[in-house]
Amino acid sequence: MQTFYTIAVGPLAWFAWAVFLVGSAWRIFSMASLAKNKEMAAVAYFDTAYGMRSIARWMTPFATLGWQKNPVLTFATFAFHISFILLALFAQGHAILWEYAFGMRVWALPPQVASALTIIATLSCAYFLVRRLSNSTVRFVSTPGDWLALGLATLPFITALLVRQSVGDPLLMTLLHVLSGEAVLVAIPFTRLSHALFVPFTRAYMGSEFGAVRHCPDW
Amino acid sequence: MGIAERKIEDANLLKAVAALTPDKIQQVVRSVTKGEAGARLAVYHETCMRCGMCAEACHFSLSHKGDPTYTPVGKMEQTMWRLLRTDGRVTPDEIYNMAQIAFTECNMCKRCVHFCPVGIDTGYIISLVRRICHLLGVVPMYILDTAHSHSATMNQMWVKEDEWIDSLMWQEDEARDEFPKLRIPLDKEGSDVLYSVIAPEPKFRTQLIYQAAAIMNQAGIDWTMPAGPGWDNSDMCMMTGNLEMMGRLKRAHYEMAQRLRVKRIVMGECGHAFRSVYDTGNRWLGFKDWPVPIVHSVEFFWELLTTGKIKIPQKFQKPVTIHDPCNITRGYGLMEKLREVVHMLCENVVEMTPNREHTICCCAGGGVINCGPPFKGTRVAGNKVKADVLAATGVEYVIAPCHNCHGGLEDIISHYKLGMHTKFIGDLIFELMEKPGAE
Repeated sequence: MQTFYTIAVGPLAWFAWAVFLVGSAWRIFSMASLAKNKEMAAVAYFDTAYGMRSIARWMTPFATLGWQKNPVLTFATFAFHISFILLALFAQGHAILWEYAFGMRVWALPPQVASALTIIATLSCAYFLVRRLSNSTVRFVSTPGDWLALGLATLPFITALLVRQSVGDPLLMTLLHVLSGEAVLVAIPFTRLSHALFVPFTRAYMGSEFGAVRHCPDW
Repeated sequence: MGIAERKIEDANLLKAVAALTPDKIQQVVRSVTKGEAGARLAVYHETCMRCGMCAEACHFSLSHKGDPTYTPVGKMEQTMWRLLRTDGRVTPDEIYNMAQIAFTECNMCKRCVHFCPVGIDTGYIISLVRRICHLLGVVPMYILDTAHSHSATMNQMWVKEDEWIDSLMWQEDEARDEFPKLRIPLDKEGSDVLYSVIAPEPKFRTQLIYQAAAIMNQAGIDWTMPAGPGWDNSDMCMMTGNLEMMGRLKRAHYEMAQRLRVKRIVMGECGHAFRSVYDTGNRWLGFKDWPVPIVHSVEFFWELLTTGKIKIPQKFQKPVTIHDPCNITRGYGLMEKLREVVHMLCENVVEMTPNREHTICCCAGGGVINCGPPFKGTRVAGNKVKADVLAATGVEYVIAPCHNCHGGLEDIISHYKLGMHTKFIGDLIFELMEKPGAE
């Protein structure tokens, strides 16, 4: 078990990060090339200021019509994403790994806050699950890829909770947590989780079209 | 539930799918999904999180509560997402269903943009589905006829060149009874304004040309109307996916204006034509902007009223409400100018909710009304939500500066017995303005 764990936080982690970074760079570069080759009639209107305006607006909870008309989903979406990013970067265990891998001393979240964020993220995922099953529109359009993305995004939080609650063998649970986190990293460029890479561009493009051509807010 | 259960017979859809084979379909689908389309299709397909937030946006889904097949994402799922998943390996019958969804159950009004956190452009996706349908020949008969008319005559309504000129001369003749010095100058080179209209105006709303001529005359505008092909600024080819013809039409329009060396083109009160000239046709031709400045009537009327070229001695007294046409508000940001114009004309304005850029579509635009009588029921049932919005204002008059919006709103007003009337801004200005040149 210890060997597995050592591999998971060692070579496997480097592999996962490499796949994530190289894969993401390749996806963004190839998509940008495709846009440049075929869609200059759209790219030509790209406008950084309007793009940033749109991103800022949509990153503000309840600041857009869509967020306002779907309040519970809005709350869950922001809660999940904020928790995800804070925990991924600043959970205490992760801070140790930053130092272990790069010698970087990173500020860490207090354990109680990390626990609370983990519970919030897990509950948000539970809400996404229930909504995907119970909302007729979401159920109608859900594909295996959507379930996979939700499953992948949920696992690190569930395993983190199990570790923190000392359920089962601590080393096994920690190993499962590490593996699930690495699975997310590897999956980001190649699954529906790629929205993490592309949404800034789709959002900025829509902001540009609405700002520069349509003279109208896109929120 | 689902498109298969609400199939509507259309002569050309039936005829066209009968000639299709799965191989032919796949070849055409691939020519678009892997050929013409690029990063936008790929990214939208991948990043649409299937969250369903857009269900709250669309007049079709708001009017058919609980039916996911009418939601924007549901429509993409049944059409483009399915085509991508199957790599175009679908049956002719499925193509029929997809055509019915794309042509008659989405107005490409883009209201769903305000609801999508990711920034998916459903209108664009549906326009790609229409493109595939066009390449397969699977286009509803009535709108296909208008596209054919564009191809044959460069206008939407099979208006022959002499009939067009006759209509203008007839309106000039009529108007000179009221305004003896009025002219409708044809092909007058170097004019300040080229006034262009859609072909339905000479065909069956000819009084609008009379009114426009009266307004131009009383405002003292140096203007002209075109005598030859290119005079029609409308564009059903943009709606059917016949992009090559869309390009030809817009080129003819711009070149006609350039040949006449006019300072700018003022377009009549139409939404889709403005979209075509301002936003889509220019891109197809490779122009980032426009070879001749394009001005919509709402802006032009705003100029006439604010500069005092047209004076309104007495405002319209009865309460009115304002319908924001999507192509000039969500498409061009005329929300405030439209309000300023209406307030300069009307004493009592009651806003509908939602309004401005969040306006709910008339359900006629995007070529949907042009699909003709077989699909009128789809439009009317699919826009009950707008009927409720109109009824809540409690007023008798709706001001809508767009032809398609008039058609769509009049149909729901009649069906839901709202007892309202629609008006163009030109109607109001003509009715209310000082007419010093009149006898």
